[in-house]
Amino acid sequence: MSTPYAKLPGWVEYGLIPLINLAVAFLVAGLVVLLVGENPLEAAYHLINGAFGRGEYIGFTLYYATTFIFTGLAVAVAFHAGLFNIGGEGQAYVGGIGVALACLWLDQTMPWYVVFPLAIVGSAFFGALWAFLPGWLQAKRGSHIVITTIMFNFIASSLMVYLLTRVLKPLGSMAPQTRTFAEGGQLPKLDWLLSIFGLNIGTAPFNISFLLALAAAFAVWVLIWRTRLGYEMRTMGHSPSAARYAGISESRITVVAMMISGGLAGMMALNPIMGEQFRMQLDFVQGAGFVGIAVALMGRSHPGGIIPAAILFGVLYQGGAEIAFEMPSISRDMIVIIQGLVILFAGALENMFRPAITRAFSARGQRAAAVVQTKGA
Amino acid sequence: MDFFHVLVVLLESTIRVSVPLVFAALAGLFTERAGVFDIGLEGKMLGAAFAAGAAAAVTQSVWVGLGAAILVSVALSLVHGYASITQRGNQIVSGVAINFIVAGSTVILGEAWFRQGGRTPALAEGARFQTINFPDADMIREIPVLGPVYADLLSGHFLLTYLAFAMVPISWWILYRTRFGLRLRAVGENPGAVDTAGISVIWLRYRAVICCGILCGFAGAYLSLAMTAGFVKGMTAGKGYIALAALIFAKWRPLNIMFACLLFGFLDALAIRLQGTPLPLVGQVPVQLMQALPYILTVILLAGFIGKAIPPKAGGVPYVKER
Amino acid sequence: MNNIAIELRGIDKSFGLVHANRNINLRVRKGTIHGIIGENGAGKSTLMSILYGFYQADNGEILVDGKPVSIRDPNAAISVGIGMVHQHFMLVENFTVLENVMLGAEDSQILNKGIAKARQELKRLEKEYALEVNPDALIEELPVGLQQRVEILKALYRRADILILDEPTGVLTPAEADHLFRILGQLKAQGKTIILITHKLREIMAITDEVSVMRRGEMVATRTTRETSVEELAELMVGRRVLLRVEKGESNPGDVKLAVQGLTVKDSRGVTMVDNVSFDVRAGEIVGIAGVAGNGQSELLEAIAGIRKAASGTVLLNGRPVDVTGNADAAELRGRGLAHVPEDRHHVGLVLKFEECENAILGYHHDPRFANGMFLNIDAIRKDAEEKIAKYDIRPPNARLRTANFSGGNQQKVVLAREMERDPDVLIIGQPTRGVDVGAIEFIHKRIIEMRDQGKAVLLVSVELDEIRSLSDRILVMFAGRVVGERSPEATEGELGLLMAGVEGRKEAAE
Repeated sequence: MSTPYAKLPGWVEYGLIPLINLAVAFLVAGLVVLLVGENPLEAAYHLINGAFGRGEYIGFTLYYATTFIFTGLAVAVAFHAGLFNIGGEGQAYVGGIGVALACLWLDQTMPWYVVFPLAIVGSAFFGALWAFLPGWLQAKRGSHIVITTIMFNFIASSLMVYLLTRVLKPLGSMAPQTRTFAEGGQLPKLDWLLSIFGLNIGTAPFNISFLLALAAAFAVWVLIWRTRLGYEMRTMGHSPSAARYAGISESRITVVAMMISGGLAGMMALNPIMGEQFRMQLDFVQGAGFVGIAVALMGRSHPGGIIPAAILFGVLYQGGAEIAFEMPSISRDMIVIIQGLVILFAGALENMFRPAITRAFSARGQRAAAVVQTKGA
Repeated sequence: MDFFHVLVVLLESTIRVSVPLVFAALAGLFTERAGVFDIGLEGKMLGAAFAAGAAAAVTQSVWVGLGAAILVSVALSLVHGYASITQRGNQIVSGVAINFIVAGSTVILGEAWFRQGGRTPALAEGARFQTINFPDADMIREIPVLGPVYADLLSGHFLLTYLAFAMVPISWWILYRTRFGLRLRAVGENPGAVDTAGISVIWLRYRAVICCGILCGFAGAYLSLAMTAGFVKGMTAGKGYIALAALIFAKWRPLNIMFACLLFGFLDALAIRLQGTPLPLVGQVPVQLMQALPYILTVILLAGFIGKAIPPKAGGVPYVKER
Repeated sequence: MNNIAIELRGIDKSFGLVHANRNINLRVRKGTIHGIIGENGAGKSTLMSILYGFYQADNGEILVDGKPVSIRDPNAAISVGIGMVHQHFMLVENFTVLENVMLGAEDSQILNKGIAKARQELKRLEKEYALEVNPDALIEELPVGLQQRVEILKALYRRADILILDEPTGVLTPAEADHLFRILGQLKAQGKTIILITHKLREIMAITDEVSVMRRGEMVATRTTRETSVEELAELMVGRRVLLRVEKGESNPGDVKLAVQGLTVKDSRGVTMVDNVSFDVRAGEIVGIAGVAGNGQSELLEAIAGIRKAASGTVLLNGRPVDVTGNADAAELRGRGLAHVPEDRHHVGLVLKFEECENAILGYHHDPRFANGMFLNIDAIRKDAEEKIAKYDIRPPNARLRTANFSGGNQQKVVLAREMERDPDVLIIGQPTRGVDVGAIEFIHKRIIEMRDQGKAVLLVSVELDEIRSLSDRILVMFAGRVVGERSPEATEGELGLLMAGVEGRKEAAE
């Protein structure tokens, strides 16, 4: 066994390197801003101001962050078991079915605190179902989970369009969406939470599902590091041969991990459907599944890192809207670029700066616990 | 002969729709056979389409547009190659990242440069491809059966269309009849065998990735210079993923790729045609089902229910000399 | 002229802390078959990888035909006439023989132009060296023996004058091996120089002209084969070290706790790795399996432990059968009183990224002591880990520290503590002191003896002959998948070395 990289102290591993990756991503994004003839510093100002300038803005930022916490957790859980779940987008979309069903059924007769738990179960159930299929195919038939989850994203899209235009749409309406929910299908906002800090929530749809997201983050932490199942998942993710030695069933873990992952992705649907739009519309997911990948990568698959990373992307989304408003050359698509750059530098190129950083550290006279790099690339 | 007429129209639009799929799937073929997994076909096609539309609008030359498409696509391929081959990074992550970067960049740059809401200006005659009509097509069309086949199915397509289908045997020839192709296929199965034979694994994989870029360039150029007169935001609309599905469905073989792409293109054309028309027995088939069929078929294949799809053995795994 | 085909001077190579090759000097005469013998980990493969350009030596020189050469990559090696037949074939399975041979030497971009010529050349080589293979056969359809021929043909096709064969007979039947030797003899007659790497003394004595012995990264001796003997070579190979003899009393064997009957295990290629092996291990005794690595001991352990499927045979644990040919479940076996210290602690016995206390429960995470329903009882786990750390003197005594940060010896203690403190009935151990410092070795040996004295049945596999002789009450020697002899620990090194190297001693029924 040869590891080409020396061991670096924890704070470098989990703090410095991700920060450097992030910084480079922003640097490149700044170049794109320059390329369209705008001032990157001005853009940066609008970004920060747009995300934090007013209570309402903070509300929006946290509203977006809620979604990304769910999808980030989804990807992270699968990562721990060694699986790359790109299907969060489709799983979240299908999760919306569960939410819509609960709301359409009970919104006029029950208060939100009865509908909400049912919607949670529904969203998790449908999301888990959509992830179960690729998981089972990988475990039992050896089908590569990355490819199948991509395919299932597209199948989900078609399925949802069909449901929204044929099945769940109220008769006589043209718009591909469900009817608007009554009060029972609307989640209360967290205006009281913000006012504790002296902030006015304004029109921001920052709602109670944020608290659910935090609870989910905690639950994921407990699951991964404090339960037997989490232990088995981590073992398999680190070393399938050790897992076999320990008597852990690879196929069982694959399926279960995917289902939990899908369930978390599905729960994301609660935020836009019951928290902002009060109905299920086409493409309410809007790429959150893929943002989840970036969030999980940046947060190193740990809830403690995912929450800040999700908030960071919330800042990007909300601040990005502000940039788009103030600087017409830069639309919201800039956020997509930054997202891509973050995924690139924090994901595929994560080791690009390691050699330089390692050299900087061993130059400080550390004991050479380094392993010589074999001649390769 | 109304049915026949319908069939010809259907096949004609099948061919039209399949062209970008064929280019992109062949692009994927080269890179995946060499062991580099690429889900960034979508991004490369989109970037190429944008570059083509932008360059053609500015220079009023379709050839400059085509050149720009290929350049941009190759550049994106090299980024993916750098991340996958040299940095030995996760190839899926790299592909996803590139798709995002391109999706955002095309809109931002398009808006900044042309201010038309993310599209490039509509292209004039000289700045885009024209259809090519075979001699005497109008006359020959009158002949029953063979006439429409000659006049509508074979004639009247863009240059790139003929090129796309020509690329199928050409790709086959490159892969199976040249030294480069032999080595490329070897490095995707057993890079150790290539290394011990004294061939550079890295340079070989980079060349494969460049081939992928060139073909994706053609795919993108077709979209904005032929099929449509200019770039429209998000115009690839998932075609890159359908091409990927076709590649897998075709079990990574050139001739199969052509048929798979035609099949998926046919499903697309059929979906539009069938919209609103009930079929015997089944009734109305939801158009969404038709749209999802390529993906469903690929999943069924991957599940091993219609034969086995065995990918290149060394696919997706960076080469490290592990002793 | 110069009659030295290859000379190595002062070759030195380290991988981090591992000194794989130390100051190697070697001279191989032209037109001879030169054997290089040594146990696994002696450094033979590293040396050959340097010769073939996979690695660059840290120090030293290589001279081919008297001239210094720089071998930076396989291309350079090929260009100076060195060809290699790898232990794990470097063949593209879904290509034909012809395609594999041509790879890298296709002669022109258009394949067809070169194919006719290549086919002719291949035929010529096949005839000249009696290496007949159907050029259009797919590699994956060929039996292993023929695949190896393709490997050889590849090297000859590239005009190799010096052929290196790395453990060529590991995957061959005895008949195929004999045929290979005839081919090697033919090659030698044609003036080729051959370097044969092997751990099998029989082969060395059968066909080599000279033999060099490697041990622990050093070249310890070179002999003319005619003038030496298997005994001398065996002794050189196994070496004399300071014997760490552990104090131990007489064993008092009780009931049979582990019974292995007719166990046969094949690997993924269908090659038989364990061949109809039978033996018993009783309570209160240590049965040691001696042998050079790669003779089936690993597969034997894995089959008994339930992590590898056996082809046939039975295993009885405490009298009850284990489903070794079907769905043996490692977790179930643990429940029935089997503990397993695997050979590979880095990838199998431990998860290096885990904290020490997390590794202390690997395989036992369902134990009610460590788990309340679905939750892990972290406090109990940590406390238990701390107790084990104290008892086994694991340093640093930090149950929260990542296991990768412990030294080899302490890592091994983590594994041992975990498996031994379960109070198992049967303990199977592979390579207990590999990569472990001397101080820890003594500790570990004492613990193993303690297990025996407490009435456990212990099965010990080790490539360290000293360890086997020091700890075992009975010694079984494995070679080529079979138990070739049983001896008492009083047997001499030489005698055991011979058995380990496949030289038949007094024939015995290995029951």
